[in-house]
Amino acid sequence: MARMIPRYNESERANHWMVALLFMLAALSGLAFFHPAFYFLTALFGGGSWARILHPFVGVLMCLSFLGLFMRLKGDNVLNEGDRAWRAKSAELLAGNKAAMPPAGKYNAAQKITFWVKSLCLLVLLVTGVMFWEPWFAHYFPIWAMRLAVLLHSVSATVLILTVIMHIYAAIWVKGSMRAMTRGDVTEGWAKQNHALWYEQVSRGK
Amino acid sequence: MASLQSLDVAARSATTTPSPSVRQVPQVAKLIDESKCIGCKACQVACMNWNDLRDDVGQNIGVYDNPSDLSASSWTLMRFFEVEKKEGDLEWLIRKDGCMHCEDPGCLKACPAPGAIVKYANGIVDFISENCIGCGYCIKGCPFNVPRLNAKDSKAYKCTLCSDRVGVGLEPACVKTCPTGAIGFGTKDDMVAYGEKRASELKDRGFANAGLYNPPGVGGTHVMYVLKHADEPALVGLPAEASISPVVSLWKGIAKPLAVAGMIGAVVAGFFHYMKVGPIEEKADEKEGA
Repeated sequence: MARMIPRYNESERANHWMVALLFMLAALSGLAFFHPAFYFLTALFGGGSWARILHPFVGVLMCLSFLGLFMRLKGDNVLNEGDRAWRAKSAELLAGNKAAMPPAGKYNAAQKITFWVKSLCLLVLLVTGVMFWEPWFAHYFPIWAMRLAVLLHSVSATVLILTVIMHIYAAIWVKGSMRAMTRGDVTEGWAKQNHALWYEQVSRGK
Repeated sequence: MASLQSLDVAARSATTTPSPSVRQVPQVAKLIDESKCIGCKACQVACMNWNDLRDDVGQNIGVYDNPSDLSASSWTLMRFFEVEKKEGDLEWLIRKDGCMHCEDPGCLKACPAPGAIVKYANGIVDFISENCIGCGYCIKGCPFNVPRLNAKDSKAYKCTLCSDRVGVGLEPACVKTCPTGAIGFGTKDDMVAYGEKRASELKDRGFANAGLYNPPGVGGTHVMYVLKHADEPALVGLPAEASISPVVSLWKGIAKPLAVAGMIGAVVAGFFHYMKVGPIEEKADEKEGA
């Protein structure tokens, strides 16, 4: 039996899944307002008006929960010199040539970049969302600002959804990753292969 | 009411397939002649009366405008403008404000709820309130600042051009009641012709820039004005170049299909990448060595 290395403690995992569930609700209800092809999704929330009422509350809760995750993980996501080399080789990784990749810390460059993209998107979504939140806040803003807000809200939601699709795909693609966020630990082999620098750091600390 | 079956639907919000449109009906229009209006507000009363609307008693804001603004229960409103184009030459301009019933309605373009906003074949743009979800997108879409969200029921409201009257062959209530004949109603062609005739008469009487306000930026409107100063519609609070905001056009235009294609494309690309490249798995020797 392979030796297991802890990667996420219980509160980190709970926080992650809280964000994930709220994201799903916010994305499904938001898509319904974005394109008529998705309007049927309002049925999941009790109809158009209920989806409209719930979406902003879900969104604010998602941002608040993400703030927790952000505070926990931001330190490990600071981009450094090593990430540049990793990024230069990212095409190799996509082609399946894992061996070509420079060693990564707890997070590789792609993970770090998506972390910051998600953070930025959520900030934009929160600020612009409040700007046209009917019936409470919309009337505080001039019409040109609200128009800009709805456009930016859609753009950042699209970027966020695309980033999350990549995030989920990476978890399916790199076997053994899902366990980190469900059970909290990873095998030693997984750590050595995917996050060698982090593995060294953790081993040294023992 | 779900919809007026006697009026066919030319366009329906958040709907990508054609609406029932087998019948041919003439395009209608209301023509408001600024030069004949005496600001009596009978149209406001007729509108309240026909549509059973009673706005809250408001505050006097120091001018004749009463109520001070359009609201969910005030669908039309006389706006008064004191204009002094030349020193000592005061003009008192009065405009009956309300929905312009655009041929290319920004509210309908912005609305996310299927069938909450329709444009009938005769050109009338109507809010079908039971389908309204209260998001306020119509307000962002409108180039004329017309729709109002009601705080009590979170539904948007505006002038219906008395679609329920027009559907059974009657003219709108404001037209019926106007004591000076400043508000006309008929086919769009007739109203354009009459408006142009009135404008040329005004020109003969010294209003050199009189003209018809039928802004092409929104495909023309089904509520038009004869303005004494058509070269400066801003004098009576109308946009000189009325059109749907480019931000709204981007948001409800190209952004929609692009974003959806991107999301579906990302998921499909993931499937094919997995099939072609396969998963990244732990190397077997490392598993054993561990």
